[in-house]
Amino acid sequence: MTAKLKIQNLTKIFGPNAREGLDRLQAGDSKAAIFEATGNTVGIDNASFDVEQGQIFVVMGLSGSGKSTLVRTLNGLIAPTSGSILIDGEDIASCSPATLREVRRNKVAMVFQHFALFPHMSVADNVAYGLKIKGIAAAERRRRAELALEQVGLAAYADSTPAELSGGMQQRVGLARGLATDPEILLMDEPFGALDPLIRRDVQDELLRLQKKLRKTIIFITHDLNEALLLGDRIAIMKDGAIVQIGTAQEIVDTPADDYVRAFVADIDRGRVFTAESVSSADPVVLQLGTDTSETAMQSMEDANCNALYVLDGEEIAGVVTYQDAMAASRDDDATLADAIQSDFPTADRGSALHELYGAASSGLPIAVTDDNNRLVGVVEPEALLAQLSGDTSADPAPAAKP
Amino acid sequence: MFSPSDVLLIPFDDWVNILVREWIVPNFRPLFRALQVPVSMVLDWLDTFFNAVPMLVFTAALALLTWRTAGRGMAIFTVISLIFIDMIGLWPETMTTLSMIVTSVLFCVVLGVPLGILAARNDRVLAVIRPVLDIMQTVPSFVYLVPIVMLFGVGMAPGIIATIIFALPPIVRLTNLGIRNVRGDLIEAAEAFGSTSWQMLWNIQLPLAMRTIMAGLNQTLMLALSMVVITSMIGAGGLGLTVYTGLGRLDVGGATAGGVGIVLLAIILDRITQALGEANGVRTVPLRQTVLSFFRRGAPASTAEIRRAA
Repeated sequence: MTAKLKIQNLTKIFGPNAREGLDRLQAGDSKAAIFEATGNTVGIDNASFDVEQGQIFVVMGLSGSGKSTLVRTLNGLIAPTSGSILIDGEDIASCSPATLREVRRNKVAMVFQHFALFPHMSVADNVAYGLKIKGIAAAERRRRAELALEQVGLAAYADSTPAELSGGMQQRVGLARGLATDPEILLMDEPFGALDPLIRRDVQDELLRLQKKLRKTIIFITHDLNEALLLGDRIAIMKDGAIVQIGTAQEIVDTPADDYVRAFVADIDRGRVFTAESVSSADPVVLQLGTDTSETAMQSMEDANCNALYVLDGEEIAGVVTYQDAMAASRDDDATLADAIQSDFPTADRGSALHELYGAASSGLPIAVTDDNNRLVGVVEPEALLAQLSGDTSADPAPAAKP
Repeated sequence: MFSPSDVLLIPFDDWVNILVREWIVPNFRPLFRALQVPVSMVLDWLDTFFNAVPMLVFTAALALLTWRTAGRGMAIFTVISLIFIDMIGLWPETMTTLSMIVTSVLFCVVLGVPLGILAARNDRVLAVIRPVLDIMQTVPSFVYLVPIVMLFGVGMAPGIIATIIFALPPIVRLTNLGIRNVRGDLIEAAEAFGSTSWQMLWNIQLPLAMRTIMAGLNQTLMLALSMVVITSMIGAGGLGLTVYTGLGRLDVGGATAGGVGIVLLAIILDRITQALGEANGVRTVPLRQTVLSFFRRGAPASTAEIRRAA
């Protein structure tokens, strides 16, 4: 799949005589040295990354790390000093003002941190602003604005003014305004940063729900690592204008590129980052209902050094059998393996987060990880779950991260 | 005691006389004459119109306008004031003064708002306009009249031109201020959706600056009122002339009657324009921001700027 958005060697230097700053930066001078010598501030330092169609790409960094500058170069609100920004192969950094305007009208929309709703317009007019700019007739504008408002659950507020809505609702209007022109790329500059934690959670879920349906390419800026890990298909971590690491949430938490990232991820809730799949044994030892007996089951468990194994009936999961039950069945001549099976076993979806597995793990039995068709794809031992949560990956039986 | 004038006495007045009489007047007289034409046209038309409308019809119309904008109390005040003015025999003069004010404010808006917009969008234009506005506001209204008489002659139209020049600064300043005070993130949002410069001005900047612009209009109107009285000295008519003649003849009663007429007219017009600014329906930050910017140094709206505008 080709990249929707391709950023190459993007650099932005603020201040007079940016050229000189650029030369110094390329010569390897530090940000502080450049500021001292030229009075220039390095906003973005040689950033390169690709974003694929339909992905949520999160840029995470503290304030002053250049993330807001970065997102503003993507729609030309800030012109980069050097480098290129290719949207479907067209360079935003060097195109004419007219082309840039067309890109803004049709391809790239933006959602702002402080909502930036126009206070003198109704909610519907705010949502329809991008359409009005494009010259779409009033009736059609209204229809599409109502449609966009319906998507964010605010259809009833079309004729209110923004000041009458709460912060969370205002940002939904901001989101609807971004979606109304049906852009391919949505830039979101710390959109939930100004909201209360509970409301933030709400709109984050809303965004994920919408994204499932709409499959936009989203560049999401945040300073909140938990938000980044929750939303991002891929995450870039910025420091002092440079990108220090790009990867999936699990990659970043599992293998931080440097001490800066390590300090960041130290406090995060690993149970929300990792999925059941990441701790499951990829190719679990299983028993077959027809061929295995209590004795072979006990033998397999001894070989695999475990207390319980799953039993399959063909492709279906028949249940789980523990060592004790297998031993009891082997002593009783009338009993077969089928009698030893517990059909009430803990299961988890392969994509579910570890924190959803705590209840299942408390039974002491290994957890069956299933795919969409309810087939067994792996088994999570409660010990492996604890090892992953503690960050002690040496005890991890499975490869930690998805490729 | 020695003073520099013992050594050299500069004939400054002669220089000015030579410059104006022998260069500007002969060379540019037609230009200044031509400038009067649109002003005279609008003024004549309005004067004829206001004086042609029957007193009661006009009173009813103005009272209705006041009622809709400034409320019932002000409407009653308007009716009583206008009846009083009519009963002291100053109706025609009041209508002439009103037409002079409306004409000069009209030209102030037509010139001042675009100028303010230009100044708001371009720092260089502001750098040029600002000192000119400073000079316009520091020159006493009396001193204006000298070059006006030299260049335009005497009469109604030169009086209006003096009034326009005198009353222009606030609307330019406050238009500039209002547009510059529109929140940066709103401008950014409008830009991010691909607005052209015109779309930005029309959809975002002007509506959000409207309250401040209306405050400028109010200031301009008040300045125009004070100036139309002074221009009676160079041959403009209306209530100003009544006061001026009263002064000349030491006729206290006549001068007072003219003065009361001007005050009543001023109150009515002030209330209407103030209410227009508030009724603008924009429940927004600009007002708060304007107030805040009083205390903020270095922001586009500095304290000095607002003080000068006021």
